[in-house]
Amino acid sequence: MVVTLDPKLGEIVLLSLRVSVSSVALAGVFALPLGAAVAVAEFPGKRGVVTTLNALLGLPAVVVGLAIYLLLSRSGPLGAFGILFTPSAMVIAQAVLVFPLLAALTRQVVADAWGESREQLVSLGAGTWTSAFALLVDVRYTLVTIVLAGFGRAIAEVGAVMIVGGNIDGVTRVMTTAIALETSKGDLPLAVGLGIVLLAIVFALNIAATAIKDAAQRHHG
Amino acid sequence: MASRPPSSLLPLVLDDVSFAARGRTILDRVNLTLERGVRTVVLGPNGAGKSVLLRVMHGLISPTSGSVRWSAREAPGAPRRQAMVFQRPVMFRRSVMGNLRFALEVAGVPRAERGGRAEAALDRVGLSGIAHQPARVLSGGEQQRLALARAWMLAPEVLFLDEPTANLDPGSARAIEAIVQAIHDAGTKIVMVTHNLGQARRLADEILFLHGGRLCERSAAADFFHRPATAEAAAYLEGELPWRLTAAA
Repeated sequence: MVVTLDPKLGEIVLLSLRVSVSSVALAGVFALPLGAAVAVAEFPGKRGVVTTLNALLGLPAVVVGLAIYLLLSRSGPLGAFGILFTPSAMVIAQAVLVFPLLAALTRQVVADAWGESREQLVSLGAGTWTSAFALLVDVRYTLVTIVLAGFGRAIAEVGAVMIVGGNIDGVTRVMTTAIALETSKGDLPLAVGLGIVLLAIVFALNIAATAIKDAAQRHHG
Repeated sequence: MASRPPSSLLPLVLDDVSFAARGRTILDRVNLTLERGVRTVVLGPNGAGKSVLLRVMHGLISPTSGSVRWSAREAPGAPRRQAMVFQRPVMFRRSVMGNLRFALEVAGVPRAERGGRAEAALDRVGLSGIAHQPARVLSGGEQQRLALARAWMLAPEVLFLDEPTANLDPGSARAIEAIVQAIHDAGTKIVMVTHNLGQARRLADEILFLHGGRLCERSAAADFFHRPATAEAAAYLEGELPWRLTAAA
C-alpha cells in the first residue's frame, strides 16, 4: 500500500507535513530570537525564566491540546475565530508544544557561544540584540539540528492534534491520529503503512541533521 | 565625518581601583594615569592581576571599588574608541572578510564602505590572500593577525593587548610585534600585557609592574630592565620567585 501510494494515505501524509512545518516555522520565528536573547541578556529573574523554559521541555502534548482546546472552543476567549477542529488549530497547538523545546535548546547553544565570545562582542560595542543575532548566525548549523528536533517532536505527537483537530477524515486527520484510529478499528495495514512513512520521515530528518552538522564542522572548524 | 573632532579619550585615570572576586583581592588600590603616545607594557608574575587590570580599563569588568575615568565619555551605543585583542583570538563562524564586516557593522560603518576598509585592513596585516577562507580554520598566528586587523581597522585611540603572542611560535610572535609597532606608529596608544621579557624590551616605552594586585613599580622601560626599583621587580627579572627571596632574607 505504501508502494502504490494510496491517495488517502498521501493526503494524510501531506497534511501532517503541512501542519508540522507551519507550526515549527511559527514557533521558531519567536523561539529562536527569544532563546538567544535570554542567553545574552542580564535581567532580574533570568534564572527563573531559564528553569521554566527547561521544565517546559517535558510539556505533555495532551495538556497543550487541552489548553488550546479551551482557548479556541466556542465559549473560550478565542472562540470567535471559529478555528477549533481546523488545521489552523493544530498548527497553533503544535507551535505551543515545540516553542519551549526550540527556545530552551537555542538558549543553551547560544549561552555556550556567548561564554566564548562575550568579551569580544562587548569589546566591539555590540549590544544585547546585536550580540544575540550575531550568535544565532554563529551557531546556525546547530540551529538546523534544533529546528529538525522540533519538527520531529511536532510530527510525531498525537495528543494535541487529536484534541484540537478532532481527527476529521479529509480535514484534520494526520498520520499519528490516523494510526491511533486505524489501530483501534483493527485496520492494521493502513496503520502500519502510516507508521512506516512516519518512521522514514523521522529517520531522514535525523540523517539530514547529522550530515549538515558534520559538513559545517568540516568547513568552519 | 563629525563636524568637530571628539576630544581625546586619554589620559585615562585609575583612582584607587580594586577588584575582588570570591573573597580574593585581585587588584589592590591601583592608582595610575595613562598618557597618549607611549607604549605601555604591563609585566608581573602569574596571578598579579595583569589581565584583570586590562579588562577593568577596557570596561569588560567593573572595579569593586575605585573609579576608571577616561577624559572623554564613550556614549553608550556609540562606536567604541578603544579596542582589545585577547590571548586567544575570538573569531566567528564566518569568512575572514565576514568577521571584519561584522565588526564594521557593529561600529556603525555604512555598508558601502565596509568592503574597502576590510580589504585595506587585511592588506596591512598580510592576509589579503585568504579573505574568503573560514576564519576559524586559520592557524593561531593568522587568527591573531586577523584579530589585530579587526581592532586596527576601527582606528581605536587605545588598543589593549592581553598576551597576544602567548600561544604562538616565535615567527608568528614577531609578525604580531611588527603589527603592534605599526599600530603604534599610526597613532594608537598601546597597552599590552606580556610574559615575554624580550618582547617587553622590544616594544615598551614604559613598564607597569604588578605584583599581588598592586602596582608595584612604574618606570621607563630602560630603567626598569637595568635598575628595577623594587626587590619584587628585580626578582621577577631574574626569574626568581619572590617567596624564595623572602625565605632567604
